[in-house]
Amino acid sequence: MSHPESALHLAVALDGTGWHPAAWRLPDARPEGLFTAAYWADLVAEAERGLLDFVTIEDSLGLQSSAAFEPDRRTDQVRGRLDAVLTAARIAPLSRHIGLVPTATVTHTEPFHISKAIATLDFVSSGRGGVRVQVSGRPHEAELFGRRTLPRFTLADLQRPEVQTQVAELFDEAAEYVEVLRRLWDSWEDDAEIRDVATGRFVDREKLHYIDFEGTAFSVKGPSITPRPPQGQPLVTALAHQSIPYRLVARSTDLGFITPHDADDARAIVGEIRAEQSAAGRSDQTVHIFGDLLVFLDDTPGAAAARRDRLDELAGTALSSDAEVFTGTAADLADLLLEWQRAGLTGFRLRPATLPYDLEQITRRLVPELQRRGAFRTGYEADTLRGLLGLPRPESRYAAAASNSASAAASV
Amino acid sequence: MSKPLKQIHLAAHFPGVNNTTVWSDPAAGSQIDFSSFVHLARTAERAKFDFLFLAEGLRLREQGSQIYDLDVVGRPDTFTILAALAAVTDRLGLAGTINSTFNEPYEVARQFASLDHLSAGRAAWNVVTSWDEFTGQNFRRGGFLAEEDRYERAKQFLTAAQVLFDSWRGDEIVADKESGAFLADPDVGRFQHRVSQFDIAGQFNVPRSPQGRPVIFQAGDSEEGREFAASSADAIFSRYGTLEAGRAFYTDVKDRLARYGRSRDELLILPAATFVLGDTDADAQEKAALIRRQQVSGQTAIKFLEQLWNRDLSDHDPDGPLPEIDPLVGENTIAKGRASVRMNRDPLEVARQWRELAAAKNLSTREVIIEVTGRQSFIGTPAKVAEALNEFVQTDASDGFILAPHLTPGGIDEFADTVVPLLQERGVFRTEYVGTTLRDHLGLAAPRNRTRDENENRAEERAAS
Repeated sequence: MSHPESALHLAVALDGTGWHPAAWRLPDARPEGLFTAAYWADLVAEAERGLLDFVTIEDSLGLQSSAAFEPDRRTDQVRGRLDAVLTAARIAPLSRHIGLVPTATVTHTEPFHISKAIATLDFVSSGRGGVRVQVSGRPHEAELFGRRTLPRFTLADLQRPEVQTQVAELFDEAAEYVEVLRRLWDSWEDDAEIRDVATGRFVDREKLHYIDFEGTAFSVKGPSITPRPPQGQPLVTALAHQSIPYRLVARSTDLGFITPHDADDARAIVGEIRAEQSAAGRSDQTVHIFGDLLVFLDDTPGAAAARRDRLDELAGTALSSDAEVFTGTAADLADLLLEWQRAGLTGFRLRPATLPYDLEQITRRLVPELQRRGAFRTGYEADTLRGLLGLPRPESRYAAAASNSASAAASV
Repeated sequence: MSKPLKQIHLAAHFPGVNNTTVWSDPAAGSQIDFSSFVHLARTAERAKFDFLFLAEGLRLREQGSQIYDLDVVGRPDTFTILAALAAVTDRLGLAGTINSTFNEPYEVARQFASLDHLSAGRAAWNVVTSWDEFTGQNFRRGGFLAEEDRYERAKQFLTAAQVLFDSWRGDEIVADKESGAFLADPDVGRFQHRVSQFDIAGQFNVPRSPQGRPVIFQAGDSEEGREFAASSADAIFSRYGTLEAGRAFYTDVKDRLARYGRSRDELLILPAATFVLGDTDADAQEKAALIRRQQVSGQTAIKFLEQLWNRDLSDHDPDGPLPEIDPLVGENTIAKGRASVRMNRDPLEVARQWRELAAAKNLSTREVIIEVTGRQSFIGTPAKVAEALNEFVQTDASDGFILAPHLTPGGIDEFADTVVPLLQERGVFRTEYVGTTLRDHLGLAAPRNRTRDENENRAEERAAS
């Protein structure tokens, strides 16, 4: 078997010219290509050559900033980006196997629109679509929409109770949003289109369902205008750094990205998420937990560290990241991934420090190393992203409800 | 000296959710699989069409409080499908309808600017409005607009989007690896737009796109719609009429341009048109009649009748005469989400006309519906259709056509293979693309960057004073 049960899953996070803010200044960086389709197509092709499960594409509504919650007015880093969902769609016809998971901000967008966009991504990629739902607590992004105002706060304020309440509200809204996405995907049963010439009916309206969602932030009637996508439910993912977002991962997603700093940290976070998952009655469902790592890979640990130092020098400050920063060889990284996997992680999302160099180190060094150890696939074993991740294709909840009530009626 | 021949613009409309799309034909394929979109797009590009056009829906139509089930239903997201089509075509323009009521300008501007980058300058936006609570129930705004506010919001929406498109001049990204300057200006994309419908500010995060901004289409032919198009659109997506009606519309709209300081070439008139081709004209007429019967089944005829009559007529015989009872006047409680409901403002008068038509031609209910729900615009041999299309354009009834085939996805194959070469022989349609962007195909100049112009004017004024 090409992909044993114990094998780990690997994704890469694509953003700009890589995750080091000075990466764009390297000779092989293509900052001028960031706004072309070819740039992203090349990166995804490389990731696919490495047999990776999927790529994520970062996004934000506002201009990038080195500050957490406000613009920074810097001119020495990459600024400007294309819509991630459209970028993923643009690449889909040029790739065959790899999953495509763009970021979508849920705080200011409409679940009805994003639902049909991700369903359509799933159609154009023949079942390789997903989404990373992202909350925005940034006041300056709220001003781009002008529909709500968010209070200004800093990282230091984050633990204050009123800020935690605000954060909890935004994540509760995100959970509602995901619920709406999923219900809209289910709102057409798989066999709703009947094309019955005898009765003149194109669809069986009994198999189209109003979702009638009433939440605190919005209400959505449904059904979707887009039929149920190939995967039934495209992959829903989220990045989480603390308890409130861990709860979103546990209750709402198929896959969460976390940022542990060692194996014990990973074990503790996984434990917290699993407990929440169980509390939410989802113990029987697979929720993948991927560790995020920002990586510099080279022939020797010294060479990798020297590359980081050189970039830090260009940037004028040492790299800081929410994720652990790894410098070393592909073999060292393979050791670490397998150790953290034993702590309960089911996969990893690697953030290449520089593009294309660190991506190529992942696909051409790390992947063969993991394959030698029997820990990674040697060929794509499934046609859909859910298939690659060992996730079943769910039945529409409405079809399930209908067949349950039918069997209940039959047993009376 | 004779006038030089006008060049015809042609586009392909992906057959959508309506009863002109014949799904019961054995040749009808999927309306949702990506392969269908690829087929239509590649055929249109092979035929050197200007663009592919995609409509949009935001709520499934209903009749009698039930989802309407007789027509093709189910469509993809506009932006997502156009972005994917950019990967399988090189030159074809990619035009999509996006509603200005249930979207926000920052997000839509970001998506269109992204699409324009990802397609290397081939994006077009058909700006439409809606106001109804029925569609609003799918959106977090929840609400809807008073009907009189919809063009106000549409205008402000488009203006806001243009402010955002123009918020990058196009020269801000330096990306100088030596000096470490990525941006020339920390305030790139800075905007502030405070009007009655929107209060937005910040920095736009997509650099200026290849076309500067997407080509803007406006659909609909109300007085307000015509004025909106004359002030703000690059092309108007109108309905097909007779030659005379087409010329009147064309003249009316083009005459309005001057008052906005625009020339007659700055707005193209592109009506939707259908066609049926045959080996002989009689053969084409016979095919057209068959298609009309496929489009209007007995069930469809009854549903259509109910939309005007505003009553349950499910027991009415479609092969019998029109109902003797009159339509119910007042709010239409039967049909939701259908344009025809909004267009028939005086149902008693329309019913009277239909009865006259039925009496004059001795028509059954179904035959009346077949008569009144439109006809194929162009029917005949390829030579005859090419001649008719060309006459429309050369006599200023239109600048070209958006062709809506009745079959998915092969509905324009025959047109591409037979009519296009005849138009090319006449020298009225391109044999190769000349430019790379949709603006190039449509002969539209690059848009002025209004923000930059204003800044430069101000700078000159300051320098002068």
